[in-house]
Amino acid sequence: MVDAALDQSLDHRAATVAARRHFLTRLVIYGLLVVFAAIYLVPLLVVVLNSFSDQQEIARNGLISLPRSFRLEAWSQAWSTYCIGGTCEGMQRNFYNSLKMTIPATIISTTVGAMNGYILSKWRFKGSEALFTCMLLGVFIPGQISLMPWAFILGNLGLSNTTYGLIVIHVIQGISFTTLFCRNYYVSIPDDLIKAARIDGAGFWRIFRKIILPLSSPILIVTVIWQFTGIWNEYLFGVVFTSGQQQPITAALVALTASGTNVRAYDVMSAAVLIGALPPLLIYLFGGKYFVRGLTQGAIK
Amino acid sequence: MSNHDLTLSVPAPARPWRERLGSAVPLLVLGPSLVASFVYVFVFTGWTLYISLSNSSLLPSYGFVGLDNYASLWANRRWNIAYNNLFLFSGFYIVGSMAVGLLLAILIDQRVRGEAVWRTIFLYPLAVSFIVTGTVWSWLYNPTDGIQAMVRGLGWTNFSFALASDRHHAIYAVIITGVWQSSGFAMALFLAGLRSVDSDLVKAAQIDGASTFRIYRKVLLPTIAPIFLAVAVIQIQFAIKTFDLVAALTKGGPGISTTFPAIYVYDLMFQRGQIGEGAAAAIMMLAALAVVLVPYSFWVVWRRRKEAGHG
Repeated sequence: MVDAALDQSLDHRAATVAARRHFLTRLVIYGLLVVFAAIYLVPLLVVVLNSFSDQQEIARNGLISLPRSFRLEAWSQAWSTYCIGGTCEGMQRNFYNSLKMTIPATIISTTVGAMNGYILSKWRFKGSEALFTCMLLGVFIPGQISLMPWAFILGNLGLSNTTYGLIVIHVIQGISFTTLFCRNYYVSIPDDLIKAARIDGAGFWRIFRKIILPLSSPILIVTVIWQFTGIWNEYLFGVVFTSGQQQPITAALVALTASGTNVRAYDVMSAAVLIGALPPLLIYLFGGKYFVRGLTQGAIK
Repeated sequence: MSNHDLTLSVPAPARPWRERLGSAVPLLVLGPSLVASFVYVFVFTGWTLYISLSNSSLLPSYGFVGLDNYASLWANRRWNIAYNNLFLFSGFYIVGSMAVGLLLAILIDQRVRGEAVWRTIFLYPLAVSFIVTGTVWSWLYNPTDGIQAMVRGLGWTNFSFALASDRHHAIYAVIITGVWQSSGFAMALFLAGLRSVDSDLVKAAQIDGASTFRIYRKVLLPTIAPIFLAVAVIQIQFAIKTFDLVAALTKGGPGISTTFPAIYVYDLMFQRGQIGEGAAAAIMMLAALAVVLVPYSFWVVWRRRKEAGHG
């Protein structure tokens, strides 16, 4: 009897010790997560708050302080009236430039990539694997290698300092990625499906439309998100091949923050930064799952 | 492996012309991409290689000068700083973002509440451009407006945090920002790896009475070892191509202290009109990538073969 009671109380004590240890571990885990989350979120928070505050207030209190006012003026200035290198039209034109560049380049490179992926997985021919490997090399070539050739080609096509020139670059550069993504996805579609369809007399296009395309939405979403964010965020080609009014938003942002008068207009610059960051951020928030999938797929394979 | 055996072969015997045309469609559709990729990969690289061996200055010209451009490149102090920076940056950047990424992945792997929220927070920097990140961090590093000003405002008047404006330490400002931007990426890959480990392995270890720490050290981490290598290789690629981040954060300064190879190429080609030497620097970047990627891809192929052999 006594032994049993003793056992029980020992059990009980062991249980409380375990519970306390469990509680402490949980505390450490969540504590660390909160600290890191703060490190990740503070820069974003700083920019958001400053874009709504008054420039003089920022000058007085520094960038990292709680705002005491709420204004939208910085946003409208950044969008339509702020001066970058002599022209005072804000970022709107550059924002449209980026859209005009990113949307066609994304659509074209994704379409081409889907067709290529379909052929390289379901219509293989002698040497197609070797050709695929060659196309893959395009993923690794640094942009700096292609700067001079592009300058020459765009110059001869009359496309230097135009959005069309950037579209050409991004399509050709993007094909390697989109082909890789789509091909690796289509490989997992059973070949028997295609065989059956061919026996039924379906041809190249019909099989694509009726079998491949309906199964493609996950990979197409991944590819579109990957291409859109990548092209939107690209800077090197934008700054090299366009200037002034033709620049995409990344290049304009650098020009804007560099055009420093004595007083730095942090409020307007914050709004401008957010205007530049918003499209990919929204895509990330709404398509996060696909964004991450693209990231891990692009990385591992 | 089995995919190869199932490849649809085009029927050989004589066929009506329509069918023959039909079998050419795939090649016709693929053709333009093949040509474009071929030009992009081989012609462009060959072209730049040739320019790097020529006496091009303000405009490309094709007088052959052998390795002169490479000699003057390696004799240039600024290029040597750029190269040293690349090594320093790569080392700290890779170790830093892998360490932070692994820690975050393990934390999230502890069946925490709101996993999706944490993941979203740690990954969002990857969605925005290096230009945005670099710009914002350059403000935070600014001694009169940023972190230093804030801490001093709290009453800590001797506090000093002026990494980016000090030529000996500005490279660390670039490193910190790079780690901030990309540790989420390492986290995503590590987490995917941890989740793919066979749960029976973990259960067996638990039955043997192994602690969580031991399970990670002895079972989980060794199993995902290939992911460490993959992450490192991708990060090295990022590091070698680093351009936007530095352009927005420090513009290579103060002075020339944070010059990187990619910045150097851009400067020589488009600011100083030394196209030949700029091309030589671009070829050196490609060489650096090849040094990393060629052995890695051989290793990947070798490993796949081995696995296929076992399966």
